[in-house]
Amino acid sequence: MKKRDLISKRVKDIPPSGIRRFFDIIASMDGVISLGVGEPDFVTPWHIREAGIYSLEKGYTSYTSNYGLLELREEIARYLKVRHNLDYDPERELLVTVGVSEGVDLALRAIVNPGDEVIIPDPSYVSYTSCTVLAGGVSVPVPTTIENDFKVKAQDIDKRINPRTKAILLGYPNNPTGAVMDREELLKVAEVAQRHSLIVISDEVYERLVYGVEHTCFASLPGMKERTILLGGFSKAYAMTGWRLGYAAATEEIIEAMMKIHQYTMMCAPTMAQMAAIKALKDGEAQVQEMVAEYNQRRRVMVKGLNDIGLTCFEPRGAFYTFPSIKSTGLSSDEFAERLLLEERVAVIPGSTFGQCGEGYVRCCYATSMAEIEEALERMGNFVKRHRAI
Amino acid sequence: MNEIFRILEQDARKTPEQIATMTGIPLAQVEETIKKAESDRTILKYKTMVNWDKLGEEQVWALAEVKVTPQRDVGFDAIAERIYRFPEARTVYLISGTYDLAVFVVGKTMHEVAGFVSEKLAPLEGVQGTVTHFLLKRYKEDGEIMDGEEGPKRVPIMP
Repeated sequence: MKKRDLISKRVKDIPPSGIRRFFDIIASMDGVISLGVGEPDFVTPWHIREAGIYSLEKGYTSYTSNYGLLELREEIARYLKVRHNLDYDPERELLVTVGVSEGVDLALRAIVNPGDEVIIPDPSYVSYTSCTVLAGGVSVPVPTTIENDFKVKAQDIDKRINPRTKAILLGYPNNPTGAVMDREELLKVAEVAQRHSLIVISDEVYERLVYGVEHTCFASLPGMKERTILLGGFSKAYAMTGWRLGYAAATEEIIEAMMKIHQYTMMCAPTMAQMAAIKALKDGEAQVQEMVAEYNQRRRVMVKGLNDIGLTCFEPRGAFYTFPSIKSTGLSSDEFAERLLLEERVAVIPGSTFGQCGEGYVRCCYATSMAEIEEALERMGNFVKRHRAI
Repeated sequence: MNEIFRILEQDARKTPEQIATMTGIPLAQVEETIKKAESDRTILKYKTMVNWDKLGEEQVWALAEVKVTPQRDVGFDAIAERIYRFPEARTVYLISGTYDLAVFVVGKTMHEVAGFVSEKLAPLEGVQGTVTHFLLKRYKEDGEIMDGEEGPKRVPIMP
Protein backbone atom coordinates (compact mmCIF):
# COMPACT_ATOMS: atom_id res chain seq x y z
CA MET A 1 0.00 0.00 0.00
CA LYS A 2 1.34 3.40 -0.91
CA LYS A 3 2.35 5.47 2.07
CA ARG A 4 0.23 8.54 2.37
CA ASP A 5 1.98 11.92 2.69
CA LEU A 6 1.34 13.34 6.11
CA ILE A 7 2.47 16.83 5.32
CA SER A 8 0.83 19.10 2.79
CA LYS A 9 2.68 19.84 -0.41
CA ARG A 10 2.40 23.54 0.25
CA VAL A 11 4.31 23.24 3.50
CA LYS A 12 6.76 20.73 2.08
CA ASP A 13 7.64 23.15 -0.68
CA ILE A 14 8.84 25.70 1.82
CA PRO A 15 12.57 25.16 2.32
CA PRO A 16 13.74 24.62 5.90
CA SER A 17 15.35 27.61 7.58
CA GLY A 18 19.08 27.73 6.86
CA ILE A 19 19.94 29.10 10.27
CA ARG A 20 18.49 26.29 12.39
CA ARG A 21 21.81 24.48 12.49
CA PHE A 22 23.50 27.51 14.03
CA PHE A 23 21.31 27.05 17.07
CA ASP A 24 22.81 23.63 17.68
CA ILE A 25 26.36 24.88 17.23
CA ILE A 26 25.84 27.81 19.61
CA ALA A 27 24.19 25.56 22.18
CA SER A 28 27.41 23.54 22.36
CA MET A 29 29.73 26.54 22.76
CA ASP A 30 30.67 28.98 25.50
CA GLY A 31 31.56 32.64 25.16
CA VAL A 32 29.69 33.28 21.93
CA ILE A 33 28.97 36.91 21.09
CA SER A 34 25.82 36.99 19.06
CA LEU A 35 25.27 39.62 16.40
CA GLY A 36 22.63 37.27 15.08
CA VAL A 37 19.70 38.47 17.10
CA GLY A 38 16.74 40.24 15.58
CA GLU A 39 15.42 42.17 18.53
CA PRO A 40 16.36 44.98 20.93
CA ASP A 41 18.75 44.24 23.80
CA PHE A 42 16.73 46.53 26.03
CA VAL A 43 14.15 45.09 28.34
CA THR A 44 10.71 46.68 27.84
CA PRO A 45 10.72 50.03 29.70
CA TRP A 46 9.51 49.53 33.25
CA HIS A 47 6.41 51.73 33.06
CA ILE A 48 5.14 49.62 30.15
CA ARG A 49 5.87 46.36 32.00
CA GLU A 50 4.22 47.80 35.08
CA ALA A 51 1.07 48.58 33.06
CA GLY A 52 0.96 44.94 31.94
CA ILE A 53 1.35 43.74 35.54
CA TYR A 54 -1.34 46.15 36.72
CA SER A 55 -3.75 44.87 34.06
CA LEU A 56 -3.29 41.35 35.46
CA GLU A 57 -3.88 42.59 38.99
CA LYS A 58 -7.09 44.26 37.88
CA GLY A 59 -8.25 41.06 36.23
CA TYR A 60 -7.93 41.93 32.54
CA THR A 61 -7.53 38.30 31.57
CA SER A 62 -10.44 37.82 29.14
CA TYR A 63 -10.70 38.08 25.36
CA THR A 64 -10.96 41.52 23.81
CA SER A 65 -12.87 42.47 20.66
CA ASN A 66 -11.49 40.61 17.65
CA TYR A 67 -10.25 43.96 16.41
CA GLY A 68 -8.44 44.64 19.68
CA LEU A 69 -9.26 46.99 22.56
CA LEU A 70 -10.95 50.10 21.21
CA GLU A 71 -8.83 52.27 23.51
CA LEU A 72 -5.69 50.83 21.94
CA ARG A 73 -7.05 51.33 18.41
CA GLU A 74 -7.86 54.93 19.28
CA GLU A 75 -4.30 55.44 20.52
CA ILE A 76 -2.92 53.88 17.32
CA ALA A 77 -5.18 56.14 15.22
CA ARG A 78 -3.92 59.16 17.17
CA TYR A 79 -0.32 58.03 16.71
CA LEU A 80 -0.76 57.65 12.93
CA LYS A 81 -2.42 61.08 12.75
CA VAL A 82 0.30 62.82 14.72
CA ARG A 83 3.22 61.06 13.04
CA HIS A 84 2.03 60.69 9.47
CA ASN A 85 -1.06 62.90 9.24
CA LEU A 86 -3.11 59.81 8.40
CA ASP A 87 -6.78 59.50 9.29
CA TYR A 88 -7.82 55.94 10.14
CA ASP A 89 -11.18 55.17 11.70
CA PRO A 90 -10.30 53.20 14.85
CA GLU A 91 -13.57 51.29 14.67
CA ARG A 92 -13.32 50.10 11.09
CA GLU A 93 -9.87 50.61 9.66
CA LEU A 94 -7.54 49.23 12.33
CA LEU A 95 -6.87 45.71 13.51
CA VAL A 96 -4.64 44.75 16.43
CA THR A 97 -2.53 41.72 15.48
CA VAL A 98 -0.23 39.25 17.18
CA GLY A 99 2.90 41.05 16.04
CA VAL A 100 3.59 42.27 12.54
CA SER A 101 4.32 38.64 11.67
CA GLU A 102 0.63 37.85 11.91
CA GLY A 103 -0.15 41.07 10.07
CA VAL A 104 1.96 39.94 7.08
CA ASP A 105 0.21 36.59 7.01
CA LEU A 106 -3.28 38.09 7.31
CA ALA A 107 -2.61 40.73 4.66
CA LEU A 108 -1.40 38.15 2.16
CA ARG A 109 -4.15 35.63 2.85
CA ALA A 110 -6.78 38.37 2.63
CA ILE A 111 -5.79 39.51 -0.86
CA VAL A 112 -3.97 36.69 -2.68
CA ASN A 113 -5.80 34.28 -4.99
CA PRO A 114 -4.06 31.06 -6.08
CA GLY A 115 -1.33 31.93 -8.52
CA ASP A 116 -1.36 35.66 -7.79
CA GLU A 117 2.08 37.20 -7.80
CA VAL A 118 3.55 39.30 -5.02
CA ILE A 119 6.61 41.41 -5.72
CA ILE A 120 9.15 41.36 -2.90
CA PRO A 121 12.51 43.18 -2.76
CA ASP A 122 15.43 40.77 -2.36
CA PRO A 123 16.87 40.55 0.28
CA SER A 124 13.96 40.95 2.68
CA TYR A 125 12.65 39.52 5.90
CA VAL A 126 12.29 35.74 5.68
CA SER A 127 8.56 35.46 6.26
CA TYR A 128 7.46 37.47 3.22
CA THR A 129 8.17 34.78 0.66
CA SER A 130 7.01 31.86 2.81
CA CYS A 131 3.75 33.56 3.80
CA THR A 132 3.10 34.39 0.15
CA VAL A 133 3.52 30.72 -0.76
CA LEU A 134 1.37 29.60 2.18
CA ALA A 135 -1.32 31.99 0.95
CA GLY A 136 -1.23 30.21 -2.44
CA GLY A 137 0.63 33.01 -4.15
CA VAL A 138 3.88 33.24 -6.04
CA SER A 139 6.68 35.43 -4.76
CA VAL A 140 8.55 37.45 -7.34
CA PRO A 141 11.86 38.76 -6.00
CA VAL A 142 13.18 42.12 -7.17
CA PRO A 143 16.94 42.33 -6.77
CA THR A 144 18.40 45.20 -4.76
CA THR A 145 22.11 45.95 -4.66
CA ILE A 146 24.73 47.57 -2.50
CA GLU A 147 25.37 50.07 -5.34
CA ASN A 148 21.91 51.49 -4.66
CA ASP A 149 22.20 51.05 -0.86
CA PHE A 150 19.77 48.10 -1.12
CA LYS A 151 16.86 50.36 -1.98
CA VAL A 152 14.36 48.93 -4.44
CA LYS A 153 13.98 50.76 -7.75
CA ALA A 154 10.47 51.42 -9.07
CA GLN A 155 11.59 50.57 -12.61
CA ASP A 156 12.77 47.13 -11.45
CA ILE A 157 9.36 46.52 -9.90
CA ASP A 158 7.65 47.78 -13.05
CA LYS A 159 9.58 45.28 -15.21
CA ARG A 160 8.19 42.33 -13.23
CA ILE A 161 4.54 43.27 -13.36
CA ASN A 162 2.14 41.14 -15.38
CA PRO A 163 -1.63 40.55 -15.25
CA ARG A 164 -1.17 38.12 -12.33
CA THR A 165 0.63 40.65 -10.15
CA LYS A 166 -1.50 41.49 -7.15
CA ALA A 167 0.70 43.26 -4.67
CA ILE A 168 4.07 44.72 -3.74
CA LEU A 169 5.38 43.83 -0.28
CA LEU A 170 7.79 46.44 1.07
CA GLY A 171 9.72 46.21 4.31
CA TYR A 172 11.56 49.50 4.94
CA PRO A 173 13.51 50.26 7.08
CA ASN A 174 14.73 46.91 5.89
CA ASN A 175 15.64 43.75 7.69
CA PRO A 176 18.37 42.55 6.91
CA THR A 177 20.06 45.48 5.16
CA GLY A 178 19.08 48.51 7.24
CA ALA A 179 18.14 50.32 4.02
CA VAL A 180 15.62 53.17 4.18
CA MET A 181 13.64 54.38 1.16
CA ASP A 182 13.31 58.14 0.81
CA ARG A 183 10.12 59.90 -0.19
CA GLU A 184 11.08 60.45 -3.85
CA GLU A 185 11.84 56.78 -4.39
CA LEU A 186 8.63 55.73 -2.70
CA LEU A 187 6.63 58.17 -4.85
CA LYS A 188 7.95 56.35 -7.91
CA VAL A 189 6.85 53.01 -6.44
CA ALA A 190 3.47 54.58 -5.66
CA GLU A 191 3.11 55.65 -9.28
CA VAL A 192 3.75 52.07 -10.43
CA ALA A 193 1.24 50.70 -7.91
CA GLN A 194 -1.34 53.23 -9.07
CA ARG A 195 -0.78 52.55 -12.76
CA HIS A 196 -1.18 48.79 -12.32
CA SER A 197 -3.84 48.90 -9.60
CA LEU A 198 -1.69 47.01 -7.12
CA ILE A 199 -1.98 46.72 -3.37
CA VAL A 200 1.09 47.67 -1.37
CA ILE A 201 1.70 45.84 1.87
CA SER A 202 4.09 48.04 3.82
CA ASP A 203 5.79 46.50 6.85
CA GLU A 204 6.97 49.52 8.82
CA VAL A 205 7.79 47.84 12.12
CA TYR A 206 11.21 49.56 12.15
CA GLU A 207 9.80 53.01 11.36
CA ARG A 208 10.99 54.58 14.61
CA LEU A 209 14.52 53.30 14.22
CA VAL A 210 15.93 55.70 11.63
CA TYR A 211 19.12 57.71 11.93
CA GLY A 212 19.51 61.16 10.44
CA VAL A 213 16.77 60.58 7.86
CA GLU A 214 13.00 60.83 7.87
CA HIS A 215 10.84 57.78 7.63
CA THR A 216 8.12 58.17 5.01
CA CYS A 217 5.00 56.15 5.69
CA PHE A 218 3.88 54.63 2.41
CA ALA A 219 0.18 55.14 3.17
CA SER A 220 0.80 58.87 3.61
CA LEU A 221 1.79 59.34 -0.04
CA PRO A 222 -0.89 60.96 -2.25
CA GLY A 223 -3.56 58.44 -3.23
CA MET A 224 -1.83 55.55 -1.44
CA LYS A 225 -3.94 55.18 1.71
CA GLU A 226 -6.65 53.42 -0.31
CA ARG A 227 -4.28 50.79 -1.68
CA THR A 228 -1.90 50.31 1.24
CA ILE A 229 -2.01 47.76 4.01
CA LEU A 230 0.13 49.48 6.62
CA LEU A 231 1.67 47.15 9.20
CA GLY A 232 3.18 48.49 12.36
CA GLY A 233 4.14 47.14 15.73
CA PHE A 234 5.49 47.65 19.19
CA SER A 235 8.34 45.13 19.19
CA LYS A 236 11.20 47.21 17.88
CA ALA A 237 10.38 50.76 19.01
CA TYR A 238 9.36 49.85 22.56
CA ALA A 239 11.49 46.71 22.98
CA MET A 240 8.33 44.59 23.28
CA THR A 241 9.15 41.62 21.04
CA GLY A 242 7.93 38.96 23.45
CA TRP A 243 4.59 40.66 23.98
CA ARG A 244 3.65 39.85 20.38
CA LEU A 245 1.74 42.92 19.38
CA GLY A 246 1.27 44.81 16.14
CA TYR A 247 -1.45 46.39 14.08
CA ALA A 248 -2.75 46.69 10.55
CA ALA A 249 -4.27 49.83 9.06
CA ALA A 250 -6.13 49.70 5.76
CA THR A 251 -9.53 50.30 4.15
CA GLU A 252 -12.57 48.94 5.91
CA GLU A 253 -12.97 46.28 3.21
CA ILE A 254 -9.43 44.93 3.67
CA ILE A 255 -9.46 45.15 7.48
CA GLU A 256 -12.77 43.28 7.48
CA ALA A 257 -11.21 40.53 5.34
CA MET A 258 -8.12 40.31 7.54
CA MET A 259 -10.28 40.24 10.66
CA LYS A 260 -12.19 37.25 9.25
CA ILE A 261 -9.01 35.17 9.28
CA HIS A 262 -7.77 36.65 12.54
CA GLN A 263 -11.00 35.81 14.40
CA TYR A 264 -10.76 32.14 13.46
CA THR A 265 -7.06 31.73 13.99
CA MET A 266 -6.17 34.10 16.85
CA MET A 267 -9.46 35.37 18.24
CA CYS A 268 -7.63 38.44 19.52
CA ALA A 269 -4.18 39.63 20.51
CA PRO A 270 -3.14 39.02 24.14
CA THR A 271 -5.09 41.35 26.43
CA MET A 272 -2.21 42.03 28.82
CA ALA A 273 -0.01 43.06 25.88
CA GLN A 274 -2.72 45.35 24.57
CA MET A 275 -3.02 47.05 27.95
CA ALA A 276 0.75 47.55 28.05
CA ALA A 277 0.77 48.89 24.50
CA ILE A 278 -1.72 51.62 25.42
CA LYS A 279 0.78 52.77 28.01
CA ALA A 280 3.60 52.58 25.48
CA LEU A 281 1.78 54.84 23.03
CA LYS A 282 0.71 57.28 25.72
CA ASP A 283 4.00 57.64 27.61
CA GLY A 284 6.74 55.80 25.76
CA GLU A 285 8.18 58.53 23.58
CA ALA A 286 11.10 59.52 25.81
CA GLN A 287 12.33 55.94 26.06
CA VAL A 288 12.04 55.43 22.30
CA GLN A 289 14.26 58.44 21.73
CA GLU A 290 16.80 57.28 24.30
CA MET A 291 17.02 53.85 22.69
CA VAL A 292 17.32 55.34 19.19
CA ALA A 293 20.17 57.60 20.36
CA GLU A 294 21.95 54.58 21.82
CA TYR A 295 21.46 52.46 18.68
CA ASN A 296 22.79 55.31 16.59
CA GLN A 297 26.07 55.36 18.54
CA ARG A 298 26.48 51.63 18.17
CA ARG A 299 25.59 51.83 14.48
CA ARG A 300 28.42 54.27 13.84
CA VAL A 301 30.90 52.10 15.75
CA MET A 302 29.78 48.98 13.89
CA VAL A 303 29.88 50.53 10.41
CA LYS A 304 33.31 52.07 10.96
CA GLY A 305 34.62 48.89 12.57
CA LEU A 306 33.43 46.66 9.73
CA ASN A 307 34.88 48.95 7.06
CA ASP A 308 38.17 49.17 8.99
CA ILE A 309 38.60 45.39 9.03
CA GLY A 310 37.89 45.17 5.31
CA LEU A 311 34.24 44.14 5.28
CA THR A 312 32.76 46.84 3.07
CA CYS A 313 29.61 48.16 4.59
CA PHE A 314 27.26 50.81 3.23
CA GLU A 315 25.81 53.14 5.81
CA PRO A 316 22.46 51.73 6.92
CA ARG A 317 20.02 54.42 7.97
CA GLY A 318 17.41 52.29 9.68
CA ALA A 319 16.55 49.26 11.84
CA PHE A 320 19.50 47.88 13.85
CA TYR A 321 21.35 45.91 11.23
CA THR A 322 24.51 46.33 9.21
CA PHE A 323 24.96 44.29 6.07
CA PRO A 324 28.65 44.08 5.23
CA SER A 325 30.02 42.46 2.11
CA ILE A 326 32.18 39.44 2.86
CA LYS A 327 33.29 38.97 -0.73
CA SER A 328 36.89 39.91 0.14
CA THR A 329 37.18 36.61 2.02
CA GLY A 330 36.17 34.48 -0.96
CA LEU A 331 33.76 32.58 1.29
CA SER A 332 30.05 32.14 0.72
CA SER A 333 27.89 33.87 3.30
CA ASP A 334 26.94 30.52 4.76
CA GLU A 335 30.58 29.39 5.07
CA PHE A 336 31.57 32.74 6.50
CA ALA A 337 28.89 32.58 9.22
CA GLU A 338 29.69 29.00 10.15
CA ARG A 339 33.47 29.42 10.27
CA LEU A 340 33.25 32.72 12.10
CA LEU A 341 31.14 31.03 14.72
CA LEU A 342 33.40 28.00 15.06
CA GLU A 343 36.72 29.85 14.91
CA GLU A 344 35.96 33.14 16.67
CA ARG A 345 32.70 32.47 18.47
CA VAL A 346 30.83 35.33 16.84
CA ALA A 347 27.37 34.62 15.46
CA VAL A 348 26.05 36.48 12.42
CA ILE A 349 23.32 35.57 9.94
CA PRO A 350 24.23 34.62 6.37
CA GLY A 351 22.77 37.16 3.94
CA SER A 352 21.53 34.33 1.73
CA THR A 353 18.93 33.54 4.41
CA PHE A 354 17.07 36.62 3.20
CA GLY A 355 17.19 35.94 -0.54
CA GLN A 356 19.62 35.27 -3.34
CA CYS A 357 20.77 38.87 -3.43
CA GLY A 358 21.92 38.52 0.16
CA GLU A 359 24.63 36.09 -0.93
CA GLY A 360 28.05 37.62 -0.35
CA TYR A 361 26.83 39.50 2.72
CA VAL A 362 26.10 38.78 6.37
CA ARG A 363 23.69 40.49 8.71
CA CYS A 364 25.24 41.89 11.89
CA CYS A 365 22.84 43.26 14.47
CA TYR A 366 24.07 46.12 16.64
CA ALA A 367 21.31 45.79 19.24
CA THR A 368 23.90 44.54 21.68
CA SER A 369 26.16 46.25 24.21
CA MET A 370 29.00 48.46 23.03
CA ALA A 371 31.51 46.23 24.82
CA GLU A 372 30.25 43.19 22.91
CA ILE A 373 30.26 45.06 19.62
CA GLU A 374 33.88 46.10 20.16
CA GLU A 375 34.91 42.58 21.14
CA ALA A 376 33.03 41.07 18.18
CA LEU A 377 34.71 43.48 15.77
CA GLU A 378 38.12 42.51 17.09
CA ARG A 379 37.38 38.81 16.66
CA MET A 380 35.97 39.41 13.19
CA GLY A 381 39.09 41.39 12.30
CA ASN A 382 41.28 38.40 13.23
CA PHE A 383 39.04 36.12 11.20
CA VAL A 384 39.15 38.32 8.11
CA LYS A 385 42.95 38.58 8.31
CA ARG A 386 43.21 34.80 8.19
CA HIS A 387 40.69 34.37 5.41
CA ARG A 388 41.43 37.22 3.07
CA ALA A 389 41.28 35.81 -0.44
CA ILE A 390 44.63 35.82 -2.20
CA MET B 1 27.50 68.49 21.42
CA ASN B 2 25.80 67.46 24.67
CA GLU B 3 26.01 63.89 23.38
CA ILE B 4 29.75 63.93 24.16
CA PHE B 5 29.00 64.62 27.83
CA ARG B 6 26.19 62.06 27.97
CA ILE B 7 28.62 59.41 26.76
CA LEU B 8 31.31 60.46 29.26
CA GLU B 9 28.79 60.61 32.08
CA GLN B 10 27.96 56.96 31.40
CA ASP B 11 31.54 55.83 30.84
CA ALA B 12 34.36 58.22 31.62
CA ARG B 13 36.88 55.82 30.08
CA LYS B 14 35.60 56.34 26.54
CA THR B 15 38.40 57.86 24.50
CA PRO B 16 37.95 60.90 22.25
CA GLU B 17 38.47 58.55 19.28
CA GLN B 18 35.62 56.30 20.41
CA ILE B 19 33.38 59.27 21.11
CA ALA B 20 34.10 60.70 17.66
CA THR B 21 33.03 57.43 16.05
CA MET B 22 29.94 57.09 18.22
CA THR B 23 28.72 60.61 17.54
CA GLY B 24 30.02 61.34 14.06
CA ILE B 25 31.62 64.53 15.44
CA PRO B 26 35.18 65.14 14.10
CA LEU B 27 37.91 63.98 16.51
CA ALA B 28 39.56 67.41 16.79
CA GLN B 29 36.25 68.94 17.80
CA VAL B 30 35.62 66.24 20.43
CA GLU B 31 39.07 66.78 21.92
CA GLU B 32 38.65 70.54 21.94
CA THR B 33 35.21 70.32 23.57
CA ILE B 34 36.46 68.03 26.34
CA LYS B 35 39.55 70.14 26.97
CA LYS B 36 37.47 73.30 27.28
CA ALA B 37 34.94 71.56 29.55
CA GLU B 38 37.72 70.35 31.83
CA SER B 39 39.17 73.82 32.14
CA ASP B 40 35.90 75.67 32.76
CA ARG B 41 34.63 73.04 35.25
CA THR B 42 31.79 71.84 33.01
CA ILE B 43 33.50 68.50 33.64
CA LEU B 44 34.22 68.59 37.38
CA LYS B 45 36.10 65.32 37.62
CA TYR B 46 36.15 61.72 36.40
CA LYS B 47 35.17 59.20 39.01
CA THR B 48 34.42 55.52 39.50
CA MET B 49 31.34 54.15 41.21
CA VAL B 50 32.48 51.52 43.67
CA ASN B 51 30.25 49.12 45.53
CA TRP B 52 32.14 49.26 48.84
CA ASP B 53 29.92 46.58 50.36
CA LYS B 54 31.63 44.09 48.05
CA LEU B 55 35.02 45.08 49.41
CA GLY B 56 33.84 44.61 52.96
CA GLU B 57 34.79 48.14 53.85
CA GLU B 58 32.32 49.68 56.22
CA GLN B 59 31.12 53.17 55.39
CA VAL B 60 28.44 54.95 57.34
CA TRP B 61 26.24 57.34 55.45
CA ALA B 62 23.58 59.61 56.84
CA LEU B 63 21.23 62.23 55.55
CA ALA B 64 21.16 65.20 57.91
CA GLU B 65 18.14 67.41 57.42
CA VAL B 66 19.19 70.90 58.49
CA LYS B 67 16.83 73.74 59.23
CA VAL B 68 18.59 77.10 59.06
CA THR B 69 17.86 80.80 59.35
CA PRO B 70 18.56 82.57 56.08
CA GLN B 71 20.68 85.68 56.41
CA ARG B 72 20.16 89.12 55.02
CA ASP B 73 21.65 89.61 51.49
CA VAL B 74 23.15 86.12 51.22
CA GLY B 75 20.09 83.95 51.95
CA PHE B 76 21.13 80.35 52.47
CA ASP B 77 24.47 80.59 50.69
CA ALA B 78 26.66 81.68 53.59
CA ILE B 79 25.48 78.98 55.96
CA ALA B 80 25.59 76.39 53.16
CA GLU B 81 29.22 77.32 52.53
CA ARG B 82 30.10 76.95 56.21
CA ILE B 83 28.68 73.48 56.05
CA TYR B 84 30.01 72.26 52.70
CA ARG B 85 33.55 73.17 53.62
CA PHE B 86 33.59 70.25 56.08
CA PRO B 87 34.97 67.20 54.25
CA GLU B 88 32.47 64.98 56.11
CA ALA B 89 29.63 66.77 54.30
CA ARG B 90 29.89 64.85 51.04
CA THR B 91 26.87 66.36 49.29
CA VAL B 92 24.92 69.50 50.19
CA TYR B 93 21.66 70.56 48.56
CA LEU B 94 19.28 73.42 49.24
CA ILE B 95 15.81 71.96 49.01
CA SER B 96 12.21 73.03 49.36
CA GLY B 97 9.86 71.67 52.02
CA THR B 98 10.01 71.22 55.74
CA TYR B 99 13.73 71.75 56.10
CA ASP B 100 16.31 73.69 54.11
CA LEU B 101 19.59 71.88 53.58
CA ALA B 102 20.02 68.20 52.86
CA VAL B 103 23.52 67.19 53.94
CA PHE B 104 24.84 63.73 53.12
CA VAL B 105 27.46 62.87 55.69
CA VAL B 106 29.95 60.04 55.46
CA GLY B 107 32.13 58.56 58.18
CA LYS B 108 33.82 55.34 59.26
CA THR B 109 31.51 54.69 62.18
CA MET B 110 28.09 55.75 63.38
CA HIS B 111 29.80 57.42 66.25
CA GLU B 112 31.91 59.51 63.93
CA VAL B 113 28.90 60.65 61.87
CA ALA B 114 26.87 61.42 64.98
CA GLY B 115 29.81 63.35 66.40
CA PHE B 116 30.09 65.46 63.27
CA VAL B 117 26.40 66.35 63.37
CA SER B 118 26.22 67.11 67.07
CA GLU B 119 29.58 68.81 67.50
CA LYS B 120 30.18 70.55 64.17
CA LEU B 121 26.92 70.90 62.29
CA ALA B 122 24.27 71.54 64.92
CA PRO B 123 26.13 74.24 66.91
CA LEU B 124 26.74 76.42 63.82
CA GLU B 125 25.27 79.86 64.02
CA GLY B 126 22.10 79.98 61.94
CA VAL B 127 21.36 76.26 62.30
CA GLN B 128 17.99 75.91 64.03
CA GLY B 129 17.93 72.15 64.22
CA THR B 130 18.95 68.87 62.60
CA VAL B 131 17.34 65.47 62.03
CA THR B 132 19.73 62.67 61.13
CA HIS B 133 18.72 59.56 59.13
CA PHE B 134 21.23 56.76 58.84
CA LEU B 135 21.38 54.93 55.53
CA LEU B 136 20.55 51.24 55.90
CA LYS B 137 20.74 49.85 52.40
CA ARG B 138 21.48 51.08 48.90
CA TYR B 139 19.17 49.70 46.25
CA LYS B 140 19.96 52.02 43.40
CA GLU B 141 22.41 54.85 43.05
CA ASP B 142 22.86 57.32 40.22
CA GLY B 143 20.81 55.13 37.89
CA GLU B 144 22.67 51.92 38.75
CA ILE B 145 20.87 49.07 40.49
CA MET B 146 23.36 47.75 43.08
CA ASP B 147 22.53 44.09 42.50
CA GLY B 148 22.74 44.60 38.74
CA GLU B 149 19.90 44.58 36.30
CA GLU B 150 18.65 41.48 34.61
CA GLY B 151 19.30 41.74 30.89
CA PRO B 152 17.04 40.54 28.13
CA LYS B 153 16.73 36.79 27.68
CA ARG B 154 17.15 36.47 23.96
CA VAL B 155 17.63 33.56 21.64
CA PRO B 156 21.03 34.07 20.02
CA ILE B 157 19.94 33.53 16.43
CA MET B 158 16.80 34.99 14.97
CA PRO B 159 16.07 36.24 11.46
